[in-house]
Parts: sequence; C-alpha cells; structure tokens
Amino acid sequence: MVTRRQSSEPARATFRRALFVCGLLLLTLAVVFIVASVVGSQRLPLANSLCALTGRSSCGLTLEQEAILFDVRLPRILLAGAVGMCLAAAGAGYQALLRNPLAEPYLLGVSNGAAVGTMIALVFFGVHEWSRPVFAFAGALAATFVVYRLARGRAGATPERLILAGVIVTTFLSSAIVFITTLMDATRIRSFTFWLLGDLSGTSTNLLLVAFVSAGIGVACLALNARSLNLMMLGERDAFDLGVEVKQVRVTVFLAASLLVGASVASSGSVGYVGLVVPHLVRLSFGSDNRIVIIASALAGAAFVIFADTVARTIIAPRELPVGAITALVGAPLFIYLLKRR
Amino acid sequence: MLEASDISIHYAQRKAVGGVSMQLAPGEVTTIIGPNGAGKSSLLRALNGGLAISSGTILLDGQPINSHSRRVIAKRIAVVAQEADLRFPVTVLEFVLGGRYAWASTAAWGWETTRDVEIAREVISETQLDELSGRLMNELSGGERQRAVLARALATEAGILLLDEPTANLDLAHQATILALVRARCNKRKTAALVVTHDINLAAEFSDHVLLMKDGKSVAFGRPEEVLTPELLNEVFAVRVLVDAHPISGVPRITPVHETLRQSTNH
Repeated sequence: MVTRRQSSEPARATFRRALFVCGLLLLTLAVVFIVASVVGSQRLPLANSLCALTGRSSCGLTLEQEAILFDVRLPRILLAGAVGMCLAAAGAGYQALLRNPLAEPYLLGVSNGAAVGTMIALVFFGVHEWSRPVFAFAGALAATFVVYRLARGRAGATPERLILAGVIVTTFLSSAIVFITTLMDATRIRSFTFWLLGDLSGTSTNLLLVAFVSAGIGVACLALNARSLNLMMLGERDAFDLGVEVKQVRVTVFLAASLLVGASVASSGSVGYVGLVVPHLVRLSFGSDNRIVIIASALAGAAFVIFADTVARTIIAPRELPVGAITALVGAPLFIYLLKRR
Repeated sequence: MLEASDISIHYAQRKAVGGVSMQLAPGEVTTIIGPNGAGKSSLLRALNGGLAISSGTILLDGQPINSHSRRVIAKRIAVVAQEADLRFPVTVLEFVLGGRYAWASTAAWGWETTRDVEIAREVISETQLDELSGRLMNELSGGERQRAVLARALATEAGILLLDEPTANLDLAHQATILALVRARCNKRKTAALVVTHDINLAAEFSDHVLLMKDGKSVAFGRPEEVLTPELLNEVFAVRVLVDAHPISGVPRITPVHETLRQSTNH
C-alpha cells in the first residue's frame, strides 16, 4: 500500500502537477523512441540516425540503414506507441468505471471481442481494410457490454465477479476464435496465432492512421470525463449524489474504451496486460487522480509497449517474439501480486 | 426548500413507500425512525431524485426535482450514505474535494480553484480531520472515515443534508460526534437536515422533528416529545418501551422492555 508523507499541504492533483508529469513522461517517451529506433538485429549509428529522424538528408546512413530505419523500424515504433497509448488509457478508463484496479481489456475479454470482430472482418470482408477497425470496435463494445452485465450482481459489480465474468467471456470468445480459424486456410493460421498474441510487424499505413486517430479521440474522451471518473471510482451512487451524470459518463467511457481497444486490436492483435501494468505504475508514482492517471497512462503506455517490442525483437535476434509475450511476462506476476494484496 | 407531497415508491410490484408527505425547514433536523423495511432509506433516496417515485411530487425550491440537472441538485442537496467503497488510494483532502464537483465551471473537466481548496480545508477543520488530511482514506478508522464522508457532503455547501444511517457501525462517542457536527452546521448555517437512524435516543436528543414510519406509511410526525410516546413506539416496533425524561437534557429517553428477558431474570 502506498503511504504518503504527512504534511500541512498534502500532495494533490493540480494543473501544474499534471503538466510536470506529462513533461516527464514525454521525455521518457522520446528517449525510448530513440533507443528503439537504433537498437535491433542491426544496430544503427546513433548520431546519424538522430540526424535522419529530424528529416535531414545526407546524414551518413547507408541506403540499407535508411530503409531499416524508415521502412521497418519507424512504422513499427509508431504502431507500438499508438497501441500502448490505446491499451493503457483504456485500462485506466475501465478501472475507474468498474471500480476495480484489476480491470484490463485483455483480462475482461474485451480484446478477444475485438479480435473476433477483426477476424470476422478478415474472413468475410477481407478486401475492405476499413472493415477491420469497425468490426473490432463493435466486437470490443459487445464484449464490454456483456462483461458489465454479467458482473453486476445485486450488490453491484464485485471485483471477483468481474474477473470471473471476464474469464467466461474470454473463454467463450476464444472458442469463437478457434472456430473462425478453422475457416481459414492453413498458411494463414500460423500468422494468426502470432497475431493473436500481439504482433506489431505487419500493419498498413491506413491502420496506423486509424490507430492514432482513435487513440487521440479515445484518450480525449476519457480525459474529459476524468473528474467524473474520480468520483465514480469511489462509488456510483455517491458520484450521482455529488452531481455526476452517471449514465452519460458510463456510456462515454464504454464507447471511448471500446474504440481504443478496437483500434489497437485491429492493427496489432491482443497485446495483454498493458492496461493493467501501466495505470498501476502511474497511480503508484503520481496518485489516483484520473485527470493525471489517464493522460499519464497514455504516454507511459506508449513508452512501455515501444520498450517491450524492442525487447521482443532483440532478445533472440534475428528471430523475434510476439510483443504480447513480453508484456504478459511482466503483467501476469503483477496481476497475481495485486490479487493477493487485496 | 425541499417538499414532498403524497409520494409513493414502488420496487417492481412491491410498494416501499405509500403516500408520505414531508417538508424540510431551514435550520431544523428531522429524523426518520421506523423498523427495517419501513421505507426510510427509499424515502431519503427519492428526495434527491436518486429513486423514481411512482406518484406524488417532490419540489426543490418550488420546481419538480427532476427538472433540475444533477449538478444543480448536488449544489442544493448533499447526501451522506454509509461508508464509501474505497478500492483506490485517495487522500482525505482529495476525497473531500470531491464535494466541490458540482461547482466546477465545466461539466466534468477542470481543476479545483483556490476557493474550492479553502472550503475543503474549512470543512476538514470543522470535522476535526486537519491532522489526517494527507492520509489515505483506507488508513483511517471507521469513525474518522465517516467524518470524512460527512466533510465531503459539507464541502458541497448544500443547504439540505440527507443522512442515511450516518452512525451505523460507529461506537458511542463517534455516533454523538457525527450528529453534533450536523446539529452545529444546521444551527450555524440554517441548513436543513434529514437523518435516517435506528438510534431513537440519539434522534430524541438531536432532532427538532421526528417522522415515525411503518410499512411505507407515515405513522406520526411532530416534535420528539409528541411522537416518541410508548403507545406510538409500541405500534411501530411492536415492542413495549419505557419513556422517561433524560436526566440532563430532559428530552424523551426510550428504554425497550424485553418481556422474555425480564421473566427469565425473575426466576
């Protein structure tokens, strides 16, 4: 449990503090970004790469190195950033809304919902690329709705009920995924299993753009409701009494979080535990005020997934791991710790 | 002010409240007393629009309650429920600042102003939590936490306070502290308070009016000495009680008489 120093003026969230936190995290993000772009199966010279990244030509990189930097690494890093932003902010949103620090898109089955949506789009509307994020969003929204309804007992959604509901939805959707996989031809199945664990290597510019725009919209919607979420995470009834339009906020957060998860899954599959690890660390470092937690989670989430992906593609280079394997390696033990601590 | 006339509340088929009227006056504490399931909490919840009524009217400042936005209502009516559920670490100050939500200039975004912080500090002093303001809510004792919940309600600066069993689970000293704080606020700021409680003696001591309820109906309404009579209490609770005057304050003092226990001690 976090204990804070007792003083006459206890720490609380202010605009200045939020700016400071954002600045700090932007700096971290920049460092991770630079490291990720030079490190890999082939190491690029730092100074020359930095020069090239600022848009100048004749920085002394070979043509091959330039191709690696701009065609392979940069799109991948950008996608990792967008995905991290989406998942971490969505996690923070779900946690506040469901009043449960363990809520996470992957564990709730929302990622699987989006995955089923994406697969349906791939199998039935394969030629239309835009159908993937749309179906992923619909899938995420449906899964969110089902989990929420399942978890709500007479006494509200207890943490245990919520996790159980998530398990049920996840397993149900997993069998749906298996079923759809059988409709595919054998050559695609392998790349699919890889994709299901989170794969940042194969996306298009369009999907990258969708991921970024969705991240922007989703994070903005959540951040604009942050003050309401501060009250809702301490009880919906109290929040209602204090003036929060609870239903309106709930719908907005559901839509925004589903948009975030949908966009991320459509472009990169289900990367797990990002939404658990990042908001938890953010709250531990900067307090529980959602006006800071949501924005900070988005920035830290971007840095976290870029970092995890860098590890995933260097640790057994030249082969690579799905990024979801790395995030789960960090996330699962943390989940157990959080569960035991309660 | 707040005025309810002839309101009924239904849960699915079951009638929780039937045809109750009441109004709250500035500076006065009204207590609702009655057995479990008498509809006390439902009535209280309906008064700030938290529960839909099936008939009757509730007027806030002369307007039907549901014609106001939640934020307008929250500035006029504050609710103290039993303990908040705290799964995230928040400090007492952060918690109390939550009471300023309805005063924010924008709907949901924005930061507390210096005025908000000033008011939070005042109510934290008022509820004697100064030294705990930087502590996390889940590190406090039950009595301290309930004071923080009350502080948050006071921070709304609402002229009407609705308290739903604010002293349940508290020890003797803390029960009295909470009600004394409410009483002080009503005297000082002409706040109207409505308290649902099971503690009849506390009600007798702290309230100006008592509403006795049974099976969703109002049985009696009046000053404590008019309502807290052996006959009425027997009718509502089906328990024989002795009523005498409190040796110090002179308000009615109620002592239940348990026939079976008395007989067994006589043997």
